[in-house]
Amino acid sequence: MTSRRDFLRGTLAGTGAVAAAAVAPRAEARPMPERSPDAVGLLFDGTLCIGCKACVSACKEVNDLPLDYNSPVDALWDTPLDTTARTFNVIKVYKDGDLSQKDSVENGYAFTKASCYHCVDPSCVSACPVSAMTKDKVTGIVEYDANICIGCRYCVAACPFGIPKYDYDSPTGAIGKCELCRHRTEDGQYAACAEVCPTGATLFGKVGDLLEEARRRVALEPGGTTVYPRGDITNGPDQSWEGPVANYQQHIYGEHEGGGTQVLHIGAIPHQKLGLPALPEYSYASRSEGLQHGLYSGLVLPLALFGAMTWAARRNSRHDDEEGGEK
Amino acid sequence: MSSHGHVEHAPVGGRLFTPVTFFLAMLVILALAVLGVRFIHGLGAVTNLNDGYPWGIWVVADVVIGSAFACGGFAVAALVYIFNRGEYHPLIRPALLASLLGYTLAGVGVLFDLGRYWNFYHIFLPGYAHVNSVMFEVALCVSLYIMVLWIEFSPAILEKFGLKHARKKLVGTMYIFIGLGMVLPMMHQSSLGSLLIVFGHQVHPLWQTMWLPLIFLLTAMLMGYAIILFESCVAAAGYRRSVEVHLLNPMARLMLWLLAGFLAFRFADLIARGALGYAFEGSLQAIFFWLEIACFALTFYLLRSSEARRNPANLFLGGVALLMGGILLRINAYLIGYDPGAHWSYFPSVGELVVTIGIFALKILAYIIITRRFPVLPREHAPATH
Repeated sequence: MTSRRDFLRGTLAGTGAVAAAAVAPRAEARPMPERSPDAVGLLFDGTLCIGCKACVSACKEVNDLPLDYNSPVDALWDTPLDTTARTFNVIKVYKDGDLSQKDSVENGYAFTKASCYHCVDPSCVSACPVSAMTKDKVTGIVEYDANICIGCRYCVAACPFGIPKYDYDSPTGAIGKCELCRHRTEDGQYAACAEVCPTGATLFGKVGDLLEEARRRVALEPGGTTVYPRGDITNGPDQSWEGPVANYQQHIYGEHEGGGTQVLHIGAIPHQKLGLPALPEYSYASRSEGLQHGLYSGLVLPLALFGAMTWAARRNSRHDDEEGGEK
Repeated sequence: MSSHGHVEHAPVGGRLFTPVTFFLAMLVILALAVLGVRFIHGLGAVTNLNDGYPWGIWVVADVVIGSAFACGGFAVAALVYIFNRGEYHPLIRPALLASLLGYTLAGVGVLFDLGRYWNFYHIFLPGYAHVNSVMFEVALCVSLYIMVLWIEFSPAILEKFGLKHARKKLVGTMYIFIGLGMVLPMMHQSSLGSLLIVFGHQVHPLWQTMWLPLIFLLTAMLMGYAIILFESCVAAAGYRRSVEVHLLNPMARLMLWLLAGFLAFRFADLIARGALGYAFEGSLQAIFFWLEIACFALTFYLLRSSEARRNPANLFLGGVALLMGGILLRINAYLIGYDPGAHWSYFPSVGELVVTIGIFALKILAYIIITRRFPVLPREHAPATH
């Protein structure tokens, strides 16, 4: 029989092993990736959006998506209030008071766009156990493959923007989300929402160009005029127009949020009032994966634990042979 | 008491068809009916799942809580084989059976929840498996552990069919599986906490911490000891056997030390992160946090002295209180403390509850059938007649 001291020693050793296993993850988060130089994305400028929803309609058409509605009463029209597995892009409205002035926080209204942000370090990609959700190394587009997906919906729960959506009404439901019209790039086309936008409120291009344009706009003097490009800012053609300058918030949403995104938002209304989450500059994926790497890098810790456990089990199970039904 | 060996196991015997087993079987059939609708019409037809709460009780209760309930085998094996406390040997086999059933059905329960279940094997294919995903780690370790549990339990099956030679061979290599049976649950029970880290700010600060893996691992072990208290008392009552108070009393004492360590750690983490203030807000999360803590505190009260621990009622209730604490921690972290945005809400549907109840009923039903026919429980030296 073991003495009390032996037991305590064993307990301490065991507790030490468990504590060591848990201290390891304190090793810092894994480094965050940089944006690819060829990463593409969108710049959404709420001050230019007139709420026509041409982008919502075009998105449905090019992605071959059915009509969607918020309640059965609305079923005659395409009336989703949020993105769903069948609606990858919606325009939402901000309302306050008597709605007399566009882009005013008080007594005003404004539009915002909800679609995938194509994070530089996406939570959904980190979460996916089967690589059905992946990030293209060149374009940075967060892509989804239903043929690989097991439908665990970890991506749905993980996304800080609530973007990947699952189709609960189908026995073979899949995830639906914006993939920046990657199926159209072969034909030299680009994201349909930007292509049809009449004011350039949604602009397509390389993220570097979009960031530069966003910085230019927020630095403009309110009340003046400036030239706004439309369509694809990187590859053209030039479809720009001249218009008035609004009073921009001095913040480009997505430049740093959650490790950065490839879809950027600027506008006159504080972003949090439009429903965008206030995110830290680090990505949640870097924390989660840093922890996992700390615990499992090279399988050193699990193998050491396994070795220790097996050694102890061998030592302490010697008499098990006699155990059991036989006499 | 002897420290090692010579533990005799014997089938309890008795009828398999009783009002209790009939009732349990009915619950299982009800669950199967709901699952039929789920597989024909989709998850939306029977669940209240939505894109704000894509994980409901089929994940949280059937898998996260269900597998923690199944940590009895792991918890007792740690005592017997790692800390060399051989006197607890009689508790191992029944605990292993409960673990085996719990984990196997948690694994099956995953398939009910997966939206594209026919692709499930992708998680094990080198081209598809994504090693950075916490879910991948959980799936792999749980699958391996289910196999390890069957191997650990197989001597009972071999004994039943009189395969002494095969049994002897297997027992000689058992220490490897015991080692795996320690490491694999440590890996995936901690990862069931790590799953939440990537959710970031969506999980309330009372539960979102980089220490989630340790918090989930410690509570899983605690729930393992608690389920042994629970199961020993229920099995004794159900089969009219005597409660193994001489084993459960000292085990419960060790359990309380672990619980005290856990609670100290839990509060140290909350204070270090400056999150304890949230516990004093008038929010639903604060209320559920204190409910969780109250259950752990109640465990202390119920099992406070050796005298209290010699009373089977206290052992049973102490086990239940601790299980409730572990259950609440998991429900809180995954659902109550999970906030995907203002316009989303979730409460399980009747269909979801029926399936979850059916899975737990199947575990109990299988436990009854197997303990009546296979040598699992220690042989009673003065068998009660009934």
